[in-house]
Amino acid sequence: MKKINLIFFLSICAAAFLISCSKEIIERTENIAALNPINIDLNAGTWKTILLKRPDTFLVNAPALTNSPAYVAELNEIKGLQQNISSAQKQIIKYWSAGSVLRWNEILRGLVAKHNLPPYQNTDDTYPAPSSANPFSYPQFPFSNPPYAARAYAYISAAQYDALVAAWHYKTLYNRVAPYVVDSTVKVLVPKSALPAYPSEDAVLGGVTAEMMKLLFPTEIAFIQQKLEDEEEYRIVSGANVRSDVVAGETLGRQVAAVFVARAKADHAGAAIGTPQVWSNLASSTIALGQVPWISLELPKRPPMLPLFGKVTPFLFDTSTVNILRPGPPPSTSSDSFNKENQASYAQIKNPTREQNRIVQYWADGVGTYTPPGHWNAIAAEDFIKQNYSEVRWARNMALLNMTLMDAGIVCWNTKYYYFNPRPTQMIPEVKTLTGIPNFPSYISGHSTFSESAATILGHILPANTSKYEAMSHEAAMSRFISGIHTRLDCDKGLEVGRNVGNYAVRRAMTDGAE
Amino acid sequence: MNQNIIFRTKHFAITVFSFFIVCQLQAQTDLDAIMMNKKQLCTGLMYNQSAWDNYWEGTLKRNNLNLGTISTQSIMGGVNYGISNKLNVIVNAPYVWTKSSAGTLHGSKGLQDLSFFIKWKPVTVSFKQNKISLYLIGGFSTPLTNYQVDYLPLTLGIGSTNIISRGMIDFKHQRFTVTASATYIWRSNVEIDRTSYYDTQMHLTNQVKMPDASQYQLRTGYRGRYLIAEALLTNWTTLGGFDITRNNMPFPGNRMNITTVGGNFKYTLKSYTHLSFLAGANYTVAGRNVGKATAYNAGAFYAFYVNKSTQKNINN
Repeated sequence: MKKINLIFFLSICAAAFLISCSKEIIERTENIAALNPINIDLNAGTWKTILLKRPDTFLVNAPALTNSPAYVAELNEIKGLQQNISSAQKQIIKYWSAGSVLRWNEILRGLVAKHNLPPYQNTDDTYPAPSSANPFSYPQFPFSNPPYAARAYAYISAAQYDALVAAWHYKTLYNRVAPYVVDSTVKVLVPKSALPAYPSEDAVLGGVTAEMMKLLFPTEIAFIQQKLEDEEEYRIVSGANVRSDVVAGETLGRQVAAVFVARAKADHAGAAIGTPQVWSNLASSTIALGQVPWISLELPKRPPMLPLFGKVTPFLFDTSTVNILRPGPPPSTSSDSFNKENQASYAQIKNPTREQNRIVQYWADGVGTYTPPGHWNAIAAEDFIKQNYSEVRWARNMALLNMTLMDAGIVCWNTKYYYFNPRPTQMIPEVKTLTGIPNFPSYISGHSTFSESAATILGHILPANTSKYEAMSHEAAMSRFISGIHTRLDCDKGLEVGRNVGNYAVRRAMTDGAE
Repeated sequence: MNQNIIFRTKHFAITVFSFFIVCQLQAQTDLDAIMMNKKQLCTGLMYNQSAWDNYWEGTLKRNNLNLGTISTQSIMGGVNYGISNKLNVIVNAPYVWTKSSAGTLHGSKGLQDLSFFIKWKPVTVSFKQNKISLYLIGGFSTPLTNYQVDYLPLTLGIGSTNIISRGMIDFKHQRFTVTASATYIWRSNVEIDRTSYYDTQMHLTNQVKMPDASQYQLRTGYRGRYLIAEALLTNWTTLGGFDITRNNMPFPGNRMNITTVGGNFKYTLKSYTHLSFLAGANYTVAGRNVGKATAYNAGAFYAFYVNKSTQKNINN
């Protein structure tokens, strides 16, 4: 009997052991191939810039000739490095060769997620605000909530695009070839390209991004600098660039960034948090109109998120257009139709199905995530990978997407604080939400506005995916209704506004010289 | 888009931990030194209720007005069967409800995990009035439904499939007993509903790596024919994982540690020995990324022989 027990016990243990397999996880963009553009977009130096007046606003000096002693010394640097390539260097090459716009976008999304944390309250039940002047003290600057994130993505993408248009201008102007073309003994650890190498597009992107990050994520400067140095090392070790390609590129990138930093400092985002006076005026002016004002559903009550973000200067249209794009009012808070909207939200959350919960969580993009704009960056990036775009086209498409998302955020926030409309849970406290409830007014849905604006421009960029993006956008919008966060009307109006904003980006896309 | 709610705490550890507590309270379970006799079958229900309003955000103890008190209730059904006097199998599964007393978050309810244990007593040494027994226990647990795991602290469970290996020594001097066990829990990765997450870096995947865990338990008390009364000290330590950052949400991959003290009672009716009643309580004394929960439980079990044997129904 003892032997039978032993055999039985051991066989169960063995079966369990067999089930326990490796826990290794391969992430979606971890092992993608090196970027090898189908079209190097040699004419991109003529594409329409966003803020730069001209592609040669900043002078890039003519490079040394490839038969000069200075250049030969640079080739020798590459050859020396290539004598002994470490596994860490191989990792850097594998990582960065997938595409610089892609990787910087992923890095930015990570920083947004890391810093997307609402400050904890003070002992007197007020809340501290992050300070860009003192970014390391709690709460760290920034709190990268959805409007902040949308703006950060937009500035970085737009600056990257302008910097690359300038780089392409100089690439074709000077037409200095890659080191492996000059000297066939230089090993090439990336796909060969006919694109002129000076200035290095990777270094341009590293420089422009690092400079923008100083403004947007000041606690991360050292982290970003390390990424920049990794990227530049990758270009040289891989034989893709000589050092002077890289130095010129980083300098140009940082110069272009300064133009965007200057705009950012004057775009009114710094005042978007409002003041106690602004916060109380929002409520009192809503009451004066006979409407129930939004109140915070957090404990202790938190001031509304960035109430003046609706006054930030958009990229795709002027400030007066924001008022035109703002939809008409929601039904009166005392009307039957408003009550019906809220009752419909209540009905949604009573018995949520697993599939409804899945949709809610899939699109929630709440605290500690890269936000809805970041989600659409991820969607776009993972589709763009399949397109084998040149870096400049990558940047152009990400800039179109992110300017759209930022401007959608501006119009949405403008609308939210224009009407200061309460959420379903405020009107019917039994509306328990399937994910965390946002701390700002209900009308119109931010997820819906962001999503449809993104779907509109992405559908233009990749027409074959139009129906996919539309389906995703509608699911994102409905996720907020079925979670009890929004009324159906909030979502429908958000989709409508998002589409209108997206169409501005489509119009720009059709005239920027890239199509 | 939700900036506001800041729930933290690891419901999971609570659930899983309570789950172990529930098991031990069944009195013939994977964590105690009690065996069913050959062809003896015990089945019953345990009700468990745990609640907390303080929790540890990393190592920082705090409350959260947007959660109030988080409470978890469950009813667990279980079966324990003696293949032989020295080899038992145990199967159980709980139905779980969660809710918060404040804030706007929706609660959850549903079936949690199915657990299967095999419990073997290979060695028993007796000397004078003492008896020392060695137990080896292997277990497997897996979710019965695809409940959402990324909804802490209101999830039903943590969603991992676990393989549990445990060694246990029981010392008995007349009616006085001391039982010590050490457990290693291998935990599978889990899938969440979103496509990316940030722990200490960005991850572009819906797969979450779950660190393994260890569990130690010391229990001591009186083990009579009809009455069992024990005190328990239990520690669960997650072997890896990360802390909840300041005012962030909890996450399945957190480093959840918890130490509890508690008591267990079981009483078998003298007049009808098929039936026994159980009750217990435990209290969290230390933790990390978990709620400071207090839990209570109670249940009733029915034991009988599956053939027409005339053996008496007793705990060995």
